Amino acid sequence: MSRASRFTSFLKLVEGPQTLGNGPKFWSGFAVVLLAACSYPAFADSYDVGNNVYFFNWLFMALGLSLIWGYGGSLSFGQTAFFGIAGYSYGVLTINLGDAYGLTLFSLVMAVAISALFAAVLGYFLFFGRINGVFLGIVSLSVTLVLERFMAQTAGPEWVIGKARLNGFNGMGAMPSLTIPWPGGNIVLYPDITLYYLTLALLVIVYLGLRMLVNSRFGNVLVAIRENPLRAEMLGYDVRKYQLGAFVIGSALAGLSGVLYTSWGNYITPASMGMTAASLPIVWVAVGGRSDLTTTLVGTFLVLIVFQSLTIHGSQYALVAMGLLLVITVLIAPKGIVTALVEFVSKMSDRRKSKAEEVR
Amino acid sequence: MEFLYSIFSFLYQFGDAFAFLVLSSCGLAVIFGMMGVINLAHGEFILCGAYVSTSAAHMGLPLPLAIAAGSIAAGIAGMIVELAVIRPLYARPLDTIVATWGISMIVTQGTLIVLGTTMAGSGTPFGSFSVGAYSYSIYRVVLMVMAVVTLAALWLMFTKTRFGILARATIQVPHVAEALGVNTNLIYSLTFGLGAALAGLAGGLYAPTMTLVPTMGASFMVEAFVTVVVGGADIFLGTAPAAVVLGLIKAALTSWKGQFAGQIGLLVAVIIVIRILPRGISGKILKERA
Repeated sequence: MSRASRFTSFLKLVEGPQTLGNGPKFWSGFAVVLLAACSYPAFADSYDVGNNVYFFNWLFMALGLSLIWGYGGSLSFGQTAFFGIAGYSYGVLTINLGDAYGLTLFSLVMAVAISALFAAVLGYFLFFGRINGVFLGIVSLSVTLVLERFMAQTAGPEWVIGKARLNGFNGMGAMPSLTIPWPGGNIVLYPDITLYYLTLALLVIVYLGLRMLVNSRFGNVLVAIRENPLRAEMLGYDVRKYQLGAFVIGSALAGLSGVLYTSWGNYITPASMGMTAASLPIVWVAVGGRSDLTTTLVGTFLVLIVFQSLTIHGSQYALVAMGLLLVITVLIAPKGIVTALVEFVSKMSDRRKSKAEEVR
Repeated sequence: MEFLYSIFSFLYQFGDAFAFLVLSSCGLAVIFGMMGVINLAHGEFILCGAYVSTSAAHMGLPLPLAIAAGSIAAGIAGMIVELAVIRPLYARPLDTIVATWGISMIVTQGTLIVLGTTMAGSGTPFGSFSVGAYSYSIYRVVLMVMAVVTLAALWLMFTKTRFGILARATIQVPHVAEALGVNTNLIYSLTFGLGAALAGLAGGLYAPTMTLVPTMGASFMVEAFVTVVVGGADIFLGTAPAAVVLGLIKAALTSWKGQFAGQIGLLVAVIIVIRILPRGISGKILKERA
């Protein structure tokens, strides 16, 4: 195979059996949405733009969970642990290194790598111990809760790494934002238009990259494992390695969310790993439709918007509504509400098509 | 003499850790071992037991009756949850985790909205006694006794009563039990109710020693999970020995490095145990027997 054709066949992985949405209709829709997202800052004030960046920050964690849970079939409740580890790592690194020479970008990469490393160690014990889905959920949740308690008790002055105080329950603040070194003055990425476009670009790259990943050999094997681990093993695949791989990639994405969030607000607290925080990603992904990247993306974005407006109008009831939404989704639309809608629409259009053919 | 005092101190700490592990986990273990359902709303049944028993104590009920009331209230709540949410999901065990977590969110936040951020406790009864230089709470010793009594009562219930035998039959081969005329739906409902009632009992027993806040369930969760994971699916061959082992680890680390080290130790222990014994202690024992 020549080099060019190998490259095009690699690019073709962006469509495939493991993702909804193929053909020109889907991609023109994708282009319209992307165009709308790109022109959004022209119509909105800078507060709304910054707020949208906040939404974007969470989508990486949701996509990662979709890969682990939806495609891999292993339910992890502990994604916020990686979120918190990366957030704190970014804080400690940038407070110590400063924001010159693009060192914040180095810190970003390091923080994501640290969370991926932590995921690899934890995942080794979990997957190579061959524990099943139920136990995976509760062990990862336990790890998250203990990490939260650990960070919450670091208030004393003895908890300091270099120049960075961990500050216990009050959380760590005053770390520099992401900064791009640029001739003629560094570009500091405050929650504003520049950061908006950068996060959007990152999101599109991650989304398309994950689409390619799940349609590649790796993704197909992962889905085979989800459908029937024993059969996949009998066919000669090392189930543990694939599950661990998905877990590390998904957790690194949670870490990316953590870094972006910490840089966005210059702030991270232990509560971002707690019980409430840990439950929200499950709600987003389950409601949207965990077994597809696009429905996860759409569902997460919608749930985030609804959750924020609920928090503004009836602050206390927002979490109750989220819990209800989760229970109802599991009982009525176990594949996710967005997925159910997509299936409903495609069924209707199929019926109309077949009816039209009958008339002819 | 000094040596004997420190031995007593260690034994007391071990007993305390053991009682906490057994009481906080046995409800979870009954539901998981019998039904294969991990109940993430376990902490909220504990919360229910704690709040109901404390309110009952405030109304003048004597403490044992108040605790029983809390346990019964949690049991009834459990049967309602089983009927409304768990029953349609038996074919999808992973989804029950998600659904019970939804319930947990609703209850925690609902309690916060309805009853406020905290509730006045009832105070630890019975006072204290002293051995050597340290003084110890009598109520904690009562809790240790209650843990052993609970295990014994569960053992009697599952081996000697008609309900226990029907429950074990249902769990082993549901279809055969059903064919022989057992109302398996009722058994599932009662088993879930029993698990919830045990959680309520833990809440009622520990309510006098803690501050009552809507998120108090979470403070039981790590210990309960860890015990069930290390123990495996059987309550007597799993949960009880796991509580002994983990109690020893926790007591040793707590007296050496403080309470937080105890918790980290538990977590590390559980991760290592998973690698060596994926099906827990009871899985290991039952496999060797078979």
